[in-house]
This record gives sequence, structure tokens and C-alpha cells, in this order.
Amino acid sequence: MIQQSKIVIKDLNLYYHEKQVVKELNLEIPQNEIFAIIGPSNSGITTTLRTLNRLCDLTFGARQEGEVLLDGKSIFNKNVNVTELRRKVGMVFDVPTPLPMSIFDNVAFGSNLNGKKSKAEVEEGVEKALRMSALWDDVKDRLNTPAARLSGGQQQRLCIARVLALEPEVILLDRPCSALDPISTAKIEDSLIQLKEQFTIIIAPHTIQQAGRIADRVAFMLMGDLIEQGITHEVFSVPKDKRTNDYLTGRFG
Amino acid sequence: MRIDAQTSQKIAKTLIWTAALFVIVVLFSIIIYILIKGIPMISWQFLTEIPRNMGRSGGISSSIVGTLLVTAVAVIVATPFGIGTAIYLTEYTREGRVTRIIRFSAESLAGIPSIVYGLFGFIFFVIYLKMGWSILSGGLTMAIMILPTIIRTSEEAIRTVPNLYREVGFSLGATKWQAITKTVLPSALPGIVNGVILSIGRCVAETAAVMLTAGSTLRMPISLLSPTRTMAVHFYILAREGISMENAYGTAALLIILILLINVGFNMLVNRFVSKGR
Ligand SMILES: Nc1ncnc2c1ncn2[C@@H]1O[C@H](COP(=O)(O)OP(=O)(O)OP(=O)(O)O)[C@@H](O)[C@H]1O
Ligand SMILES: [Mg+2]
Repeated sequence: MIQQSKIVIKDLNLYYHEKQVVKELNLEIPQNEIFAIIGPSNSGITTTLRTLNRLCDLTFGARQEGEVLLDGKSIFNKNVNVTELRRKVGMVFDVPTPLPMSIFDNVAFGSNLNGKKSKAEVEEGVEKALRMSALWDDVKDRLNTPAARLSGGQQQRLCIARVLALEPEVILLDRPCSALDPISTAKIEDSLIQLKEQFTIIIAPHTIQQAGRIADRVAFMLMGDLIEQGITHEVFSVPKDKRTNDYLTGRFG
Repeated sequence: MRIDAQTSQKIAKTLIWTAALFVIVVLFSIIIYILIKGIPMISWQFLTEIPRNMGRSGGISSSIVGTLLVTAVAVIVATPFGIGTAIYLTEYTREGRVTRIIRFSAESLAGIPSIVYGLFGFIFFVIYLKMGWSILSGGLTMAIMILPTIIRTSEEAIRTVPNLYREVGFSLGATKWQAITKTVLPSALPGIVNGVILSIGRCVAETAAVMLTAGSTLRMPISLLSPTRTMAVHFYILAREGISMENAYGTAALLIILILLINVGFNMLVNRFVSKGR
């Protein structure tokens, strides 16, 4: 049933200093699907996402035990090139974060870092990424204007394009629509559904409804524990755990 | 007696207004007074001729060149060290004993009267390193003097860059150095430039310390090892010894104009750079 697992999380424990925020997490994330991790505040979702591309390394006091396999290989292995891992596992943050530069330079940022691509290739990559994130038509005539002048929704699609331009394999999105209006949100959801053909997507949706609309599978986390996971419509229609039911019916969170 | 909110609001507003007005009036009177007295003295000849007769006649071209060179040496030397230290303090260490020592030293250095730097420069550069009274000795002394300012303003500017920018850099596969140079520094640039402008102002205005290290000759410098008399020193000598009040005002007016030009120029540069991103 589960096709190929892109990411396998095994017995993952995450800590900040002595405080444990994720306990014994086990998840398999299939390729080319949208996987949503839902849960109330402080469930450890952001921490989990930040572990998957080792952004956690940057946080003082963050520690992990256990294993995360990307295509069967441990991401914690000493030989792993962390900058390459982060290119393979891209991240979109909860607030739009355009860098203080032009639209073009934002999207080209990752490609320009390692300087492996020619100018024409970079331009081609930027256009492709902007098309995939459904932003191309909005910005094609003003690629050289500052990214900060875009609307919030456009900025967030720019951030998605910026990740897509890295040609990643996995895209992590941490509540990407929490700062956006419903129309921008719908646009981003549409593009995500398109994008799963080519990428594996893990999202912390900002509402349960969003998970319902786009996710193939969901996992429900509560205070660092994985309570339940499965195919979205199954979990949503017949939750096995009472706490999942409570959460889905809005009794807490 | 209690004053109601509306009244206290009005009183506060009036007081703040008066304070601001007072400051503006004082500042502008000084500047305008000097400009009125000085600008008539400024002529093509004043700008292009070297002083004659101790500065009673002729121009101040050698002082203009000297000022620009001393300042340039100071800024070119101090800026990379200052920004480097600020990057080290903000990005490469955790708060601890080392950062506290560096910051404490920088802060203490900032509070030292400039004449002390002058004395140090005189003993170390002029005598010990045998550089003599020269643009180089003066510039290096000024560099040490402005270093704390540049460190502090750069550090503040870098600290205000949201951490998210760094994380965005890293998450897009940047190395630490790339994250710093491509995301942090561009955002911090306006603040850093501000510190540099402030420092330029201090170099241009300094008298005692440059006099001790760069000398006070009126000849046109021919190399960085030539001694020179900066405009501030020239002004000081002209006024102090009563040589020529007219030329002293001319020099002062030119100093003010120079500082204004540097300010405007740098700001335009930064704006051009920044407006590409904002
Ligand atoms: N840098 C940090 N240092 C210490 N503790 C942290 C840090 N970041 C997060 N935590 C703690 O870890 C726990 C999990 O946080 P996390 O951000 O992963 O939760 P979340 O599920 O994403 O919550 P939210 O819904 O608020 O985004 C919280 O209790 C939080 O206070
Ligand atoms: Mg979170």
C-alpha cells in the first residue's frame, strides 16, 4: 500500500536542552504525496520539520536522538553535506520572508550560491520555478523590482518558488498560509496539489480544513506524542483515538 | 491638583515642541553664522592654491587634500576591522567572556579623549615605527580612534537583522559565510554605513590627535608619508593665533560643506543600493 517512502522517521526524540518536545516519533512519508502534520500549539511540529533539513542544528540547545532516513540514508550521518541536504529538503516558513533584494534575485538566490549554473540556466530556472508556484504571470514584467513590494500572498508564493528553484526533492511548509487571505491560500493550495507530482510535500497546515483539502495523509501530534496517522479521509471520518476526535471537532487546540 | 489627560497631553506636546525647536534654532544659527561668514571667502583660488604667508592669504588646497587623505586612510583601515569584529561578535561566538572583553574594550576605547589616541599615535607610529609626522601616522591613529564607533554601530545593525533572514539563507543551502554576506550584511548595510559616516565626521573634525601625528605643515603632500595640516587643524591654528579670522571662517564653512557632501553622497549610495531590495 505504502509506495516508496521518501522519508522514514524512526524513534525520533527531540529536545531543547533538557526539555523533550517530541517523543518516540515514527513516521513514513511516501513519495509524491502531501503529508500533513496537524496538532495544537506546542505539539513539536515546527521542531520536527526543522529537524528534517537539519535547520535545528542552528538552534542553541536543540538535540535529537533516533533516526531520519532520506531515501534510505541517515541525514544525521557525519558524512552528510548539510548544505546539500537543505537544498534537497527545502523549507517554507510561516511568515513570508522575501530577502531585501529583487524578485529575480530572491528566486535565483539558491542557484547563485554554488555558482554551478550559467546565467541562462539560472534565468530558465527562475522562470520555471515562478510558473510552478503560479506567480509568473503576476511578476514577469517586474522581475527586477524589490520583492518586498509584492502582496503577502505573492511573497509567500515567491518563497515557494525560491525553494522550487533549488530543484528539491522534499518541500517542508510550516503553516505557509497562516498570514494569508483565503484567495491567496486557495492559490497556494492549488499549486501544492500540482507540485506533488514532482515533489514530496510535508506541511503543517494552519487549519484542519486545509489538511482536509490537500493532504493525502495526516499525522496528529499532541504535546510531542504522535497520536494517530493515516489516510486523511479515513482519519477525518473515523478517528481511532478519542483525542484525535476531540481535536478534529474543535474541542481543544 | 490633578491634570486631566487632555491637558497633560497638551503640556507634553508643547514642551517637546519647544525642545525640538530650541535644538533646531541653536544648530542652524551656528551653521548659518559660519556659512555667512565663511562662504564669501570661498573662491576658486581658495580651493586650488596652497596657503601663503602662514595662511593669511592664498588658499587651503593642501589642507583639503590632507584632510581627505587622512580620513580615507582611517576609514579604509578601520572599516574592515570594525565590521569583521562586529561579525565575529554577532555571528561567530556565543555571548561569553570573550565577547564581553571585546565589547568592554571597545566601549572603553570609545570614551577615551582623542588626545590620548594622539599621544599613542605619536609614540607608536611617529616615533617607534619611524613613520614621522605623516598622513599615514595620522590616518592610522584616526583609524584606531574610530574603530570602536564602527564596531558598535555595525554590531547593532547586524543584531537588528531578523534571525529569520539567516535561517532563510541556510535553508536555501547557504554556507555560514554566504548567509552572512548575502543575507545579513545587505540588510545591515544602512546601519553600518551610518557608523562609517559618523566616523568620517569625527576624523574630519579632529584636531589635537592629528596635529600630534600628521603634523601641521602647509606644503602639499606628495605621498602618504608626507606630513600635512588638516582643515580642522588649519582652522584651529588660524583662529587660535589670530592669523586670519576670514580664512578661518572660510575653512570652517568648507568643513561644514564637506561633511554635508559626504553625508549626502553616502546616503544616496545606500539608498540606491537599498531601493533595489525594498
Ligand atoms: N529554540 C527553542 N528553545 C527552547 N524551547 C523551544 C525552542 N523552540 C521551541 N521550543 C519549545 O518546544 C516546544 C515545541 O515547539 P514547536 O515550535 O515545535 O511547536 P509547534 O507544534 O510548531 O507549535 P506552534 O503550533 O505554536 O507552532 C514548545 O514547548 C516550545 O516552547
Ligand atoms: Mg510551529
